[in-house]
Amino acid sequence: MKSSLEKSLLNDFQRDFPLSETPFADMAESLGVEETQVLESLQSLQSAGSISRVGPIFHTGRIGASSLVAMAVPDGRLEEVAEIISAYVEVNHNYEREHEYNLWFVVTASSEDHLQQVLDSMQQNTGLETLVLPMIEGYHIDLGFKLQWQT
Amino acid sequence: MADLSAREMELVAAIQGGLPLVPRPYAAIGKKIGMSEQQVIKQLADWQADGTIRRMGVIVRHHELGYRANAMVVWNIPDEQVQEVGRLLGKQKVVTLCYQRPRRLPDWPYNLFCMIHGQDRDVVLGHVETLAVLLSEQCDLSGLDFKVLFSRRRFKQRGACSIKEKSVTPQQIAGSC
Repeated sequence: MKSSLEKSLLNDFQRDFPLSETPFADMAESLGVEETQVLESLQSLQSAGSISRVGPIFHTGRIGASSLVAMAVPDGRLEEVAEIISAYVEVNHNYEREHEYNLWFVVTASSEDHLQQVLDSMQQNTGLETLVLPMIEGYHIDLGFKLQWQT
Repeated sequence: MADLSAREMELVAAIQGGLPLVPRPYAAIGKKIGMSEQQVIKQLADWQADGTIRRMGVIVRHHELGYRANAMVVWNIPDEQVQEVGRLLGKQKVVTLCYQRPRRLPDWPYNLFCMIHGQDRDVVLGHVETLAVLLSEQCDLSGLDFKVLFSRRRFKQRGACSIKEKSVTPQQIAGSC
């Protein structure tokens, strides 16, 4: 069960994070609590895995080079191939999905050349083709994700 | 927007794993790379203004918070309508991301991708159905070709943090970045 402070931290600060010298004190003030409570709650949410971090999401495509990539992995090889792919530091998300193309991941590299090297290396290491699907245009304004509580 | 300078990339690398949870986080980041607190704050504000930073704040993990039905919906939309349809989908509350991507024919005909996160598979499928009706009515698209790819296992999830990494050989990831 999340406390009301935790719920508020999770939902109300997904964007427009204060750019002041003391952002956590500002958050605390707006919530009517102490700065240490905010810091401790964020720490505990992070330890529990509820938040990955507090910070910026950079616009992919403006920094370095990145792409969504899919592979059609034969039955019986999925775990082995997923492990090879996840081991690349350039991979952040890596999911199994319900489709013939059953492994989906995002590769983020420092440049187009670096991205291509990673993709070539993946094909060599797995013996599988990559379906490379870079973003052409984004249509969504990222306002964060409104969580709904059961109670 | 021009490419970032080496100096700016240092800041990206220092901050992309998240702010330290300390009273003066921007000062702490700056100290690591030899920038003042004010320089860090100014740069982050500029990046928010020009869109280099899409959003800044608490980054939640859907799966851990009970949002386990995660669907990537892929649509095959006529090229001349993809922008109109993308904008419409991108505005819908249930859509968390909406991107145009290239087709890879003959294997992959889908050119528009959106993500829907939900607590329950049937609810997410209901959302997809609603979106399909919306597109057929508002964009005059009949016989829509789309697929719903629910996630099964998650093998890895973390923030992008490979800016400094040049290695192309697999290596173990130790903790978060």
